[in-house]
Amino acid sequence: MSILVNKDTKVICQGFTGRQGSFHSEQALAYGTQMVGGVTPGKGGQTHLDLPVFNTVRDAVRETGAQATMIYVPAAFAADSILEAADAGIEIIVCITEGIPVLDMLNVKAALRASGARLIGPNCPGIITSGECKIGIMPGVIHQKGKVGIVSRSGTLTYEAVHQTTRLGLGQSTCVGIGGDPIKGMDFIDCLELFEADPQTEAVILVGEIGGSREEEAAEYIRSHMKKPVAAYIAGRTAPKGKRMGHAGAIIAGSAGTADAKIRALEAAGVVVALSPAALGEAVQQALAAR
Amino acid sequence: MNLHEYQAKQILRSGNINTPRGIAAASVDAAVSAANELGGDAWVVKAQIHAGGRGKAGGVKLVKSLDDVRAIAGSLLGKPLVTNQNAPDGQPVNQVLVEETLPIARELYLSLLVDRETERVAIVASAAGGMDIEEMAHATPEKVLTEACDPLLGVQDFQCRALAFALELTGEAYKDFCRLLPQLYRVFIANDLSLLEINPLVVTADNRVLPLDCKMSVDDNALYRRKTLAELRDDSQIDAKEAAANAANVNYVALTGNIGCMVNGAGLAMATMDLIQLEGGTPANFLDVGGGATPETVAQGFKIILLDPNVRAVLINIFGGIVRCDVIAEGIIQAVKEVGVKVPVIVRLEGTNAELGRTRLAESGLAIIAAASLTDAAKQAVERAK
Repeated sequence: MSILVNKDTKVICQGFTGRQGSFHSEQALAYGTQMVGGVTPGKGGQTHLDLPVFNTVRDAVRETGAQATMIYVPAAFAADSILEAADAGIEIIVCITEGIPVLDMLNVKAALRASGARLIGPNCPGIITSGECKIGIMPGVIHQKGKVGIVSRSGTLTYEAVHQTTRLGLGQSTCVGIGGDPIKGMDFIDCLELFEADPQTEAVILVGEIGGSREEEAAEYIRSHMKKPVAAYIAGRTAPKGKRMGHAGAIIAGSAGTADAKIRALEAAGVVVALSPAALGEAVQQALAAR
Repeated sequence: MNLHEYQAKQILRSGNINTPRGIAAASVDAAVSAANELGGDAWVVKAQIHAGGRGKAGGVKLVKSLDDVRAIAGSLLGKPLVTNQNAPDGQPVNQVLVEETLPIARELYLSLLVDRETERVAIVASAAGGMDIEEMAHATPEKVLTEACDPLLGVQDFQCRALAFALELTGEAYKDFCRLLPQLYRVFIANDLSLLEINPLVVTADNRVLPLDCKMSVDDNALYRRKTLAELRDDSQIDAKEAAANAANVNYVALTGNIGCMVNGAGLAMATMDLIQLEGGTPANFLDVGGGATPETVAQGFKIILLDPNVRAVLINIFGGIVRCDVIAEGIIQAVKEVGVKVPVIVRLEGTNAELGRTRLAESGLAIIAAASLTDAAKQAVERAK
């Protein structure tokens, strides 16, 4: 078991024949992901990476039975690509693209509420179930099948968490990079709920950062709904107020969204919070040992 | 990206919204002729900077003669204005806005913003205008009114009425307000704003509603489709190092410490700053070279970090994923040679081909320290920056 995606998940790529789409589709194939084709409007009927190219997501779903998509189209067109995937009945939409205008995302989120699709991202590394299915830009080699579920707002910090859990022999079930944007698809609680129900996952690492209050909400969820141990790291204790730290969503607005408030909330919920990013592996080990 | 008040008011006017009459001036003479053109016997001269707190800092003055317009404009223009909301050395005043005065009966607060909790554009209002909304929300949350707009429908009339009643507006002011909100919503959407704040929104003695001040921020991600707004970027209002980073397309935020940081990924970049502090040092900056660090971006990063004279050591923290660490090591070596880095450079490489990358650094013959781990890297950087 795992969450959201596994070795049987049929995956397509939107922006398939572009530079990013091609490169990461090749990487996904090499990892063993069941890629079944891709979409590039105007190139339908062609073959790329030995897979069929379609003009529309509808065509791709009809011909291949695709259940998941990874989106590598430029920011100006990405919102439309998400909506196209949802309309075609794709269940898991992973949008890697960074820099989508926030008002576009408000519209997308409102439209998605009426559909059954789950969106991961945008501005995220994607999702990977170790040893089974890689949908995104994360380096596959550092992953190892195992028992830790990871949910994170940051790409390279996820890699840190993966690397450390692999080194400690804990391995990962599924890692979800939910992305650094303020308006995004799946959030901490959505993933925590799935990890709690997943038999393979024995512990969870949550990686948050400054901005918003989703970590605080996650803390409340962990306190009231979770039996599995959780470890966490929150980036940005030294970030100044009112400055956007790389990610569109990483900003302390007035006094809201500080790292310290998030850390306090998580600790109060019984989460083992690592104060150094180098201590994430040890933190989850400690959380596991305490049970 | 922030706009100046006079630019924001022009945008309001182009959305058919009434504002006080005013003219922006970049020189003392232009300010005096602006006052002349506006007529009357009193004006407000307002320093144009990208920061709040101008009033308390002496940046907004009521004047009653053309001589005073000249004197005040002369005292503001060309000098930095320091407020309680900007950097210690302030921001330069390159324009003043000369405006007509209004007979004010009440001051309200009104803003539109993207609310990440409700995932909607929220309209925030309060009867207590002119105050800091943060403080107000903290001290008296019941006085802050909020209406969230469905993105597929926009602001609805019932929401306008609800706010107007709550603000105890009557007669013409009630009508003005209910007309104003949909107009502001349209301006917000049409310009891809992330914030539109009117503080204060005034009710005049003859019961009309007008924006006395206006602050706008445009969503940086939408500037590609708002080209005329993109041209309003004013780099004089931001840190020179941050402006250089913007031009080079690098994510950089200047801080006050002495350890320069270069990291791939925003989260890891913040985490690196935090780790430096945990080890007893202070970061000089946030710098994210992006997921795919190349020799070019590394060289670019060095140049920006070294614009800061406080930097005593540089810590490079790269988690090589798709990008191989040996390639990054070559990039660092090349950049250190090319840029002529004089301060100690501590490098932590992890991920794909990390060992090979560390060997390359060790064999380079340059004073680059390859750290054994993330914690070791932070410790060494702190030690060498002392």
